[in-house]
Amino acid sequence: MSAAAESSFAAGFAWAIARDVRLAWRHPGEALLVIAFFTLVASLFPLGVGAERELLERIGPGVIWVCALLAAFVSLPALFSSDYADGSLEQMTLSPHPMPGWVSGKIAAHWAISGLPLTVLAPLLGLQYALSADTLVALVCALALGTPVLSLLGAACSALTLGARGGGMLLALLALPLFIPVLVFGAGAAEAQAAGQSSAAHLSLLAAGLILAAIALPSAVCAAIRIALD
Amino acid sequence: MNWFYFASPATFYRLAGRMAPGCFALAAIFAAAGLYVGFLVAPSDAQQGEVYRIIFIHVPAAWMSMFLYFVMACYGAIALTFNARLAAMMARAIAPTGAMLTFVALWTGAFWGRPTWGTYWAWDARMTSELVLLFLYFGFLALANAFEDARRGDRAAALLALIGLVNLPIIYFSVLWWNTLHQGATVSFKGTSMHVAMLTGMLLMALAFWFYAIGTALVRVRSIILERERRSQWVRALKKGS
Repeated sequence: MSAAAESSFAAGFAWAIARDVRLAWRHPGEALLVIAFFTLVASLFPLGVGAERELLERIGPGVIWVCALLAAFVSLPALFSSDYADGSLEQMTLSPHPMPGWVSGKIAAHWAISGLPLTVLAPLLGLQYALSADTLVALVCALALGTPVLSLLGAACSALTLGARGGGMLLALLALPLFIPVLVFGAGAAEAQAAGQSSAAHLSLLAAGLILAAIALPSAVCAAIRIALD
Repeated sequence: MNWFYFASPATFYRLAGRMAPGCFALAAIFAAAGLYVGFLVAPSDAQQGEVYRIIFIHVPAAWMSMFLYFVMACYGAIALTFNARLAAMMARAIAPTGAMLTFVALWTGAFWGRPTWGTYWAWDARMTSELVLLFLYFGFLALANAFEDARRGDRAAALLALIGLVNLPIIYFSVLWWNTLHQGATVSFKGTSMHVAMLTGMLLMALAFWFYAIGTALVRVRSIILERERRSQWVRALKKGS
């Protein structure tokens, strides 16, 4: 029984990831828009605050993190709302796969489409900000650990606001305050490295947050979807 | 004794109506006593002079802002697990008072920070996490009122309150975990490093804020009950009676 339940959890997870990634692949515009938004916003700061090398080095990690936060946030409404609108979300809850499985799969797919490209792209932006090689490594590690947490937290907020009035701004009010701890530790890791200290403490905290979020939040997302479909 | 007797909005409406004036009276008495002790009995501080007296508003407001969020999340948990209507209404009724007290804590903190630290605001861990708490209250209120179906808003907001609960230990322990501008805890269960009169004034004011919060929550829950149950028999009978 337990073996069968496990395999169907994994099956649901794999099914949801494959479906959402394929959907994104067939309409590459949306995912590319998020990446373009991320790059564009990150390029606005040097033009706005001035392009002195010391200043850019100082604000670089923080700016890149804020851009990652905004990029994770702009791609959130697409996570559940189109499936909710055309009724496929309801059909998925009726499927034999346990709900946490395919919900985790959808969240993982969201990260693969939004968080992963940003993590890969971050070193390039870091070079624009004159960050040193060590700082770039810390920044990428922090983004790799932190952006999945953003996807998990954002999925919960996105599911809570299904069918709500004022969707986008409401989602911002719910999600951005919850993103703040990730921003603090994520930017802190790169800043500690840039200041010549070890980024290990910040990265450990981010990893701990990721484990906690990965365990607790999928069931919260399931509960939120059930409330929405009631 | 039937423990679920007051879980019905109709009976709780009457109980709340009877309890609210008592809570406001107690709040006024404790506030008068607390302000008397705070302004006339408690001595000036050796380092800060008279400025420290903001403590009698600031600390009780900050305590209650966290405690009310905890109570609100507990009501949210009860509402979700037992599908209890009244618990969800109580969570909604507490949120505006909690948001107001969070704002008061931040505002008085700014006025206290200016003369003592030389700045209205610092991006210190405790202030930042208290600011996040204010946004959590706003998010709760916005989400609760964002749906056509009030019950849907109740349940979504209750779940959000539970997710936001992780912020409470961060605020509480922020002065221990990060060594920043805001001072550590002066009062704990093990004792205190304060003058007795200062502590008495602060505790009296905390009681005043507590009863004020209960009173406003009860008044607010009464109007929520009336609004939700406006089509029921007992509300119509109430309307005819008055």
